[in-house]
Amino acid sequence: MEVIFLLEQVLNGLLVGAYYLLLALGLSLIFSLGGIVNLAHGGFYAIGAYLAVVLTRHLGWAPAFVASPILVALLGVVVERLFFQRFYRRDPILSILLTFGLAMVIEQSLRMIFGAAPLPTSIPRALSGTVIVGDFLYSRYRLTILAVAILAVAATWLIVYRTSFGRVVRAGVQNPDMVGALGISLKPYMTAIAALAIGLAGLAGVLLAPISGVHPAMGAEILTAAFVVVVIGGLGSFWGVIIAALLVGVVRGVTIYVFPPAGEASIYLLMVVVLLIRPRGLLGERIERFE
Amino acid sequence: MPFNRDLSRRRLLQGAAGATLVSSLGMPAVLRAQSGPIRIGHLTPLTGFLGPLGEYAQLGVKLAVSEINEAGGVNGRPIELVMEDSVNPQTASAKAERLLTRDDVVLIIGEISSSSGLAIGQVANRLNRIFINTGCNSDELRGAGCNPFMFHVEAANSMYVQTAGQYLLENGLVEGKSWYTLTADYAFGHDLLRVARNFLEKNGGTFAGEDLVATDTTDFSPFILKIRRARPDVVISNLSGNQVTNFIKQYAEFGLPFPISGFDIPTTAAWAAGPGAFSGIWPSVWHHRVDTEGSKAFITAFVEEYGKLPENQAWGDYNAMKIVAAAIGELGGADSPEIADYLRTGVEFDVLKHRPAFFRPYDNQLVQEMYAVRAKSAEQMEDATDVYEALGTVPLPDQSLEIIAPPRDGACQMPA
Repeated sequence: MEVIFLLEQVLNGLLVGAYYLLLALGLSLIFSLGGIVNLAHGGFYAIGAYLAVVLTRHLGWAPAFVASPILVALLGVVVERLFFQRFYRRDPILSILLTFGLAMVIEQSLRMIFGAAPLPTSIPRALSGTVIVGDFLYSRYRLTILAVAILAVAATWLIVYRTSFGRVVRAGVQNPDMVGALGISLKPYMTAIAALAIGLAGLAGVLLAPISGVHPAMGAEILTAAFVVVVIGGLGSFWGVIIAALLVGVVRGVTIYVFPPAGEASIYLLMVVVLLIRPRGLLGERIERFE
Repeated sequence: MPFNRDLSRRRLLQGAAGATLVSSLGMPAVLRAQSGPIRIGHLTPLTGFLGPLGEYAQLGVKLAVSEINEAGGVNGRPIELVMEDSVNPQTASAKAERLLTRDDVVLIIGEISSSSGLAIGQVANRLNRIFINTGCNSDELRGAGCNPFMFHVEAANSMYVQTAGQYLLENGLVEGKSWYTLTADYAFGHDLLRVARNFLEKNGGTFAGEDLVATDTTDFSPFILKIRRARPDVVISNLSGNQVTNFIKQYAEFGLPFPISGFDIPTTAAWAAGPGAFSGIWPSVWHHRVDTEGSKAFITAFVEEYGKLPENQAWGDYNAMKIVAAAIGELGGADSPEIADYLRTGVEFDVLKHRPAFFRPYDNQLVQEMYAVRAKSAEQMEDATDVYEALGTVPLPDQSLEIIAPPRDGACQMPA
């Protein structure tokens, strides 16, 4: 085992972690703020991918890559207004049932419209090819994904931590009643956050469409890993989710290097270990109403 | 793929109507014993990493049934399908048992996962009913796991390895070469790796690496980096279902110089790879470029019905249904032991290939022509489905069809 091979897997794992991050961040936002375990998050990821494929045929890839996440975010507004809003203060079991049903509706709808077989997709020519840095090989497309992911996460951070909008949101996470008593209606904030979170899922779908199979169950396939990231990172923690996503990517990569059959299982093992040591996750905050 | 809402709405309504029909058929069994429809069970995975193939399996079997019924049924009796998602080996086994004992189906067709196929085969054998496997490749189902009621329209791993292997040998990619294999980590993959290893070692090659890959893997970058460091002469995919699509796309993304090949490629995976990403020599049990009258008629009918081309899995379930109908028509009844005896006589069936096929009694494998294909480059492709060119049939027209079948090593012991 050469150190450089291992280092290569660590760096690649950080990159892979960025994909998990885009999904997990949205999950964490919706759960932290609304108490909704969004099992339909993978569905929105899949919708993003399908939109990118369909729009690319008509508009070319660049407009399609920009428009698709925005359309998914708008869909998020509709879903939040129609469904999520009614479940914020209710028993979490209800929202789990709701989003579980929604996930199935999305998956089956995609199957009925597009068929179960994966759709053909390609990396846009302008972004294909590889970059060799020293002894390391990178796909140019994956570096692009990384850059977009960093931008998206930074923008989310700015919105949540550096704006007055974000202050209200964070106050709402800790104590919605107090925010209400101060005369602030959380409703539009909730809608905006849900749209942001679901838009991030759509963005992840758009970005991953060219390098993975675009098929109706693609959301279900990746959602479990995203939940693992949220659980490891700890609820309500922005940085926790980031650290967890990168950690999951690295642990998976190194495991595949050392013992490939355990690659996918390793992230669940990591979750068990983290929960044994820190039941609230790596950087989980104490949130009154979930205690 | 057409963006056709009407088609899907119609199909939804058909589904609803079908469900009503099925539930209203809960009448006493006596009434439909000889004159009513012949009920055929169909089990295949519709969810999970094999789900995309399962959809084609259902389309194939439904097309066969509608053709049979339009032609007046079998001895005047229509065929009625009872279709279920087999999900996983446990569910497949439970559903097979329920179909055969409670839903009064006469036999079961289908399956893709070798693990689930083995489970269904065991249930069928215990109940003395036929199971026709249309998608499980493991030699084990034809070896230690064989039984007199399980028949295989799908080709065995040995047949796939021999088929691609012939052309790999001709292209100098075996003798003295090192292979890096990625293998699906379940019954099918383990079986295929064993067969591939025998082939490679018999022909003087070595392994540069062999990794098992979890079936839910979607990101292959860590494996591709390992392959780059191992510098093999050939990269071999023993992957399955959605794994193949993801791996092919990502392998092309990293642009490694080592040629790629493999021993199982669902046509849908080649279509989904996108122009330029798919490369190498691959085996196929049937593909949409097979140049026979039967295949052309099948393709025309399929496109007319569903608005898209059939692939290997649709071919399998379509032909299994046609074989069953032919056997029942010939025998005048749907008694499983009688059908089994009939199929094992070596009677030949037209399976839309150049040469007719037959089940060999040793392991109930359908002995048939196979095809090797080579991926086309993006420039060579005429349209999105024009992904490969036919290299030829294996065995050659003047060779015995049986030379590629799994070896008769005595692993399969059928009770007399």
